[in-house]
This record gives sequence, structure tokens and C-alpha cells, in this order.
Amino acid sequence: MNVSLDILRMDREKRIPYHQIIPFETEDERETVATALTAINANPDVSDHTGNPVEPIVWECSCLQKKCGACAMRINGRPALACDAKLRDLTDGKNSVITLEPLRKFPVVADLMVDRSIMYENLKQIGVWLRDEANLTQEKYDLAYEGSRCLQCGCCLEICPNFYAGGTFAGTAGFVPTVRLISELTGKERREVKRAYRKYIYNGCGKSLACRDICPAGIDIEHLLVNSNAIAVWKKN
Amino acid sequence: MQAINIIGAGLAGLSAAMTLAEHGVSCNLISIYQSERAQSVLAEGGINAALDTMGEEDDISYHFQDTMAGGVWLADPNAVDNLTRNAPDLVRKLASIGVPFHIEDGRIIQRNFGGQKKKRTAYAKSSTGKVLVSALIDEVRKYEAQGLVTRFAHHEFIRLLLEDGRCAGVRIRDSFSGEVYDFPGKVILASGGMNGVFPEMTTGTVANSGDVTATVFSQGVRLSNLEMLQYHPTTIGIAGKRCLVTEAARGEGGRLFIRRNGEAWYFMEEKYPELKNLMPRDVVSREIFFVSHREDCDGQVWLDMTGLPEATWEKKLSDLREEIMHYLPIDPKTDPIPVEPGIHYFMGGIDTNVHHQTNIRDLYAAGECTSQYHGANRLGGNSLLGAVFGGKTAAENLLYGWIDADDPLSEKPLTAELLETKLQQKSGTDPQNVPFKAERITEEGKTQEGLLEPAAPAFVYEVRDILLSGLGIVRNEARLNESLDALQAMRQKIRNQREEQRFHLAEAMLQCALARKESRGAHYREDYPEREETYRKTLLVNNTDDGIKLTFRDLPERLG
Repeated sequence: MNVSLDILRMDREKRIPYHQIIPFETEDERETVATALTAINANPDVSDHTGNPVEPIVWECSCLQKKCGACAMRINGRPALACDAKLRDLTDGKNSVITLEPLRKFPVVADLMVDRSIMYENLKQIGVWLRDEANLTQEKYDLAYEGSRCLQCGCCLEICPNFYAGGTFAGTAGFVPTVRLISELTGKERREVKRAYRKYIYNGCGKSLACRDICPAGIDIEHLLVNSNAIAVWKKN
Repeated sequence: MQAINIIGAGLAGLSAAMTLAEHGVSCNLISIYQSERAQSVLAEGGINAALDTMGEEDDISYHFQDTMAGGVWLADPNAVDNLTRNAPDLVRKLASIGVPFHIEDGRIIQRNFGGQKKKRTAYAKSSTGKVLVSALIDEVRKYEAQGLVTRFAHHEFIRLLLEDGRCAGVRIRDSFSGEVYDFPGKVILASGGMNGVFPEMTTGTVANSGDVTATVFSQGVRLSNLEMLQYHPTTIGIAGKRCLVTEAARGEGGRLFIRRNGEAWYFMEEKYPELKNLMPRDVVSREIFFVSHREDCDGQVWLDMTGLPEATWEKKLSDLREEIMHYLPIDPKTDPIPVEPGIHYFMGGIDTNVHHQTNIRDLYAAGECTSQYHGANRLGGNSLLGAVFGGKTAAENLLYGWIDADDPLSEKPLTAELLETKLQQKSGTDPQNVPFKAERITEEGKTQEGLLEPAAPAFVYEVRDILLSGLGIVRNEARLNESLDALQAMRQKIRNQREEQRFHLAEAMLQCALARKESRGAHYREDYPEREETYRKTLLVNNTDDGIKLTFRDLPERLG
């Protein structure tokens, strides 16, 4: 399989974005964008389509099995994890070019590495921590479990028409961990979280549900939203 | 007054930060990535504690016994005693901070796991590590908001700052800005296993490069038992790595077989009628190695989960099924899956005592980077426990030592009561709310720092292949010597400091495996197939100006 990776690059210091097209050949059907980037960076002799040398591509990578969220980027225009993007699925007979760009909702550090600090600032703003001992009942178990699964990769924020860095709306990456608190707290503490939920999540969500099909962890966002809205907005338990 | 610097924000680092904050003490939590990227999230099957919720009359003494026997009596018995004794409270604490363990009728349900005769492993499907990390992140976030924990994510460890033989701080690079800083203060290393020594061949993460261990080794930190590599019996090859198939698959009833003369042979059940497929991992991996090399067998071992009840798939292993279907793609509910052993855990690492102190004063270590608790083979479910408990214990001991440096601890583990007394004694001078202070290193200092250049991938892969040839599941002197010779030939290819450090770490691993002339746990020598009491010792390794130095140290007696 022969593909071309069209990468939107930017040097950490020069800060001038440019495209570099790197031909890549593999026989391995399982090859992903993540393993292709690793292979390119491991090969000191690799050159781009014009024959120029390729400086190591800056990107983040950790688990390689879509459980850590490090390698989120725009792949053919769609936010995804590089380790979950098989080259075979990204090309067809007519087109063998795969575009890789950094996520756009966050400041670019270099190449495909972005600064996702705003996500952690938002979680702090919402106050995502337990204020009291957890009180987990069996009927709330699934919510607490699902609410513990967010990777903080940022794909849901990238696709969201309502989220922007610096706005009040924290998006799905702020919402999912909040679900765990709503499912485990009671009384006054829970009311406090419900207030934050309405302010930072419910009020800003336009219900486009674009995040639903983009979450690499496959979190059932619609189900969590319906449940959380019932509890925090419509006062059901 | 100086700060406390924790290197690594996986479970051990998070646990250390939380513990310090609970005592009102501030710290810097420094990590190359955010906690969500830590290898701890990959832990699947569960966490061990003798909670005795399953009506099997479990007891902490059995947990102690199983951990010691599983580690083939190479772990420090006092450390294991402390670990297993405190495990039930620790797991209850984790539930209280909202870890969604599988519960029924208000009690935490426990499952069977390898090397344990009782159901002792608390879990959340097969994503236990992930849900533990999530709860601890939130708990630590509470202390971040209070100003007690200051996070430095995207900050890379460069080296320890040593002064007069003690640890005086740590040098760190901000991987976003490229700036280099010195953080003065005491240090807890919670930097994880040495997976990057074996790129693509382990179940771990790329972020666990092994560079922290290699660097501190070159700076005089003592390591131990480096020959003890855990091969997990059931992994599958996916793009760029080995993917773990949790031991819970067998804990819930999965069976291993190989085709012998065309017929399915459940070799573990035949050879080990009591624990069957749930023998400790070293035993299972070795048996897989042997049966797959037999002439009457076809070489491929399979994991058969087709007999598992529908409810088990639904409630306990739905995530595992999805993962296998995604990667193989085989539905394990209807068909057996092909599995192979893969490198999964490093029992060896930074040498620490029961207080999690290293040989360098004011330097502590916890989690997989240490050689602690697991001896010659780790039991499944003890790594999450060791990480959370280790981080907590390291933090408590650091605190105790800080308050009263002149009151050295005995060989006995520090108790909560003793720490509390000490904290009250010194309430006037508590190291509370120490502001973080980091000094930026000048441009000039940066260029002199050769460590900023990473090891070249070609070098790393060549060293890996040399190590794999010597440090397989079955080892012998001839192959180990061949590997050492091949490694020596690599010396001339060393181009930078990180490569040199990796070279010495690799050399130390091979030397350890050569020196232990017996078979114990994960270290199986076909030329010395028996366990020898004379080798029931910790193998210490130092990197000196005169090269790698090995010594055996007697294990302490178990104190009452």
C-alpha cells in the first residue's frame, strides 16, 4: 500500500505553518496513522515528495490502543485518534492522500501537538471533584462507570459547533466526568454540582450531538445527556 | 523550606500527591503528559484486597502468602505484609472516592485471579485501571483548586540534582516551550516501567520510555532484580505493540488449549488440576512456551472463552469483547482467539526499602519503577494495589522524614499512628503550603545539557533485539553471553548521553540474568532449572565508574 501523508506542520519557534507531503509505503494491513508517524520519525533518511529531508514530526502518543487520548488530531478533516485510524480505511483506489492537521480549537505547540490545557481549566472551573464520600447505588452504577471513561482527548470539542476555548460552555469533555459526580453524590453536594452542570454544560449545549459519533472511547453520550438533564434540569432522580 | 516534587502522574504519582495534600502539604506533580495518558489506565482486571466479600473466608494472611509464593519468596516480606495488611482499607478508600467497583447488594464483588485461591480481585469490568485513575484525577483536582497540588504536565524529567550525595531537586524541561527549569526539593519517582527498552514488544505505553530509570541509574541510584521481566501469557499483536487480553478472561472461566495431534489439549488443566488456567503468570507463560515448541503440537495456543455465560459478557467483560472484536477481529463469545506471551511488567527496578527510600537520601520511589512487593513474579491485581499503596507509603515516609530527619525509621513499616504522633509533635513547623519555586536555566545551561537529545530509534531497536534474544521466557548462559557480546559491539555506536544510559541499563539487565544461576519466577534458566535457596536474595546493581557492579543482599526476616 502506497499513501501520501499531507501534514500541516509548524516549527515550535518559527511558527510559520506549511504543508509537507511525505510518501509512505507499507505492506502491513494493520498500519495506522500512529505507526506510520512512528516509522517516519524512526527513519533518518526519509524525505518528502520533493526530496527534501523530513525533520522529526512533533506529536503526542502514548498507549497505541485508543485508551489514553494522547494522539488526537484531524485526519482527513475529522478529529480522531491516530492509533485508531487505519491507513487502509482512509484511502481508496482514487485517492491515496491522507491529510493530518492539528486540532483547531486549541493553540498549536508544534506540528500536530496542541495545548489542551483549557480542558483541564474547564474541569477545575466546573469543580469536577467529589465534595463528600461517594454514595454509589447499583442503579447508578452504569452512569458512574461511563462517567469514568472519558479520555480528555478533545475530539468532541473539536467537532462541537458550540464549544470554543475561553467560553463558558465546557463541552462533552467537561460533561462526561461531571456525570460521575451527579451519580455518586447526594443532598447539598449534589445540588452544587447540578448548578454547575446547568451553567457550564446544559445552557451551552445546542444538542447537535455531533460528539456522539466522534468519541473514540464510544461513550454513549446521548444516554448520559438524557439522564443528566433529567436529574439536573428536570429534577428527576 | 523546599517543595516536594513527584515525577510521574500515573496511579503512584497521583496517590502520593493526594496523600500529601490530605496532610495539608503541597507538592509539584510533574509528568510528560496528563494523567489520562498514563500507563495505569491500561490496567484491566482489578485490584487485590482480602475484603472477604465472597463468603470464602479470605484473610490478609492468605493474601500475604499468595503474594510471597507468587513472587517465589523474593519480595521483602515486611513490605508485602504492610501492603496486604493495608489493602482492604485502601480499596474501601478508593470506593469512597467514587471508584465504580462492581457492586451487588451494596458489597464489592471480587473475582478469581491468577495465583490466588480466593476471589480477591475487585474490579470494574476490564477497565479497572482507567476508573481508578479517573477517580484519583478528580480527587487531586480538588487539591489543585486549593493550591496544594501544582501540576506540571508536559514537563519532561531530565535528571536529578544531587548535592553531597543527597537528592536536592530535579531538572525538568517544558516540552511545549523548550525551557529548562530546576525544581529544588525532595523527589518521589513514580515514573513507571522500562517499556521503552523494548519498543513495540510490550503491552505498555510509548510514554514509559525507561529514560528516567536509565538516567537515575547513571547518577548512582541503585537498581535491583532487573532480570525479572513478566511475560503476560495472553497478549495479541496489534499495530505497534502487544495488546493485553486481561487475566480476568481466565478468571471468569476462559481456558487455554493447543492442538496436539489435531485435538484440543487443555494443557494447564491437565498439569495443574488445582489452579488450572489461573496459575501465576510466570508458570502459564512458560507452559505456553513449552507446549508451543513440542513436535506433536501445532505451535499456536488459543484462549477459549466460548463457554462463558451470557451475563458475564454483558456485565463483566463487555469491554474486553469489544476490544478483541475490534483488533482480531474474532468474536470471543463464539470462537477461541490466538494468544501469545508478551512483556507486560517489570518486577525489577529502582531498589527501595519498606519506606520506599532509595539508596540516595531524600529520593523516594513508588509504583512500577521500583523493585518492590512483587519479587520474582507479580500476581495479577497486585500492580494497581502496589502503585496506589506505594505512592501513599512513599509520601507518608517522606513526610515523616521531613518533620524529623534525626529520627530514623526502624526496619518496621511506618504506621498511621506513628505518623500522626509525629505530625502533632511538629505542628508548628509543618511544611505546609510551600510555594513552588523553580529556577529557569539560562540558554547557556540548556546547550550544555546533552540529555535533551533523544536516543536514536535505530539504536534503541538494535539494543532491543539484542536483549530479546537473551531475555526470553527461557534463558541460558550461552545466549546471554552472545547478547552481552553483541551489546558490547554497540558501544561504538553510542552518539549521545541518553544512548549511553540505555546501553548501561541494557548491560545491567543482561548481567543480572547471567548472575542469577537458578530458576525463580519469571527468570527461567534451562542450564539451572532448579530454584536454589542460596539465590533467595535481592540482586543489587550499581552503575559505577568501573562499570556495572552486582551484589546479592540477604532478604530481611519477617518482623512480628
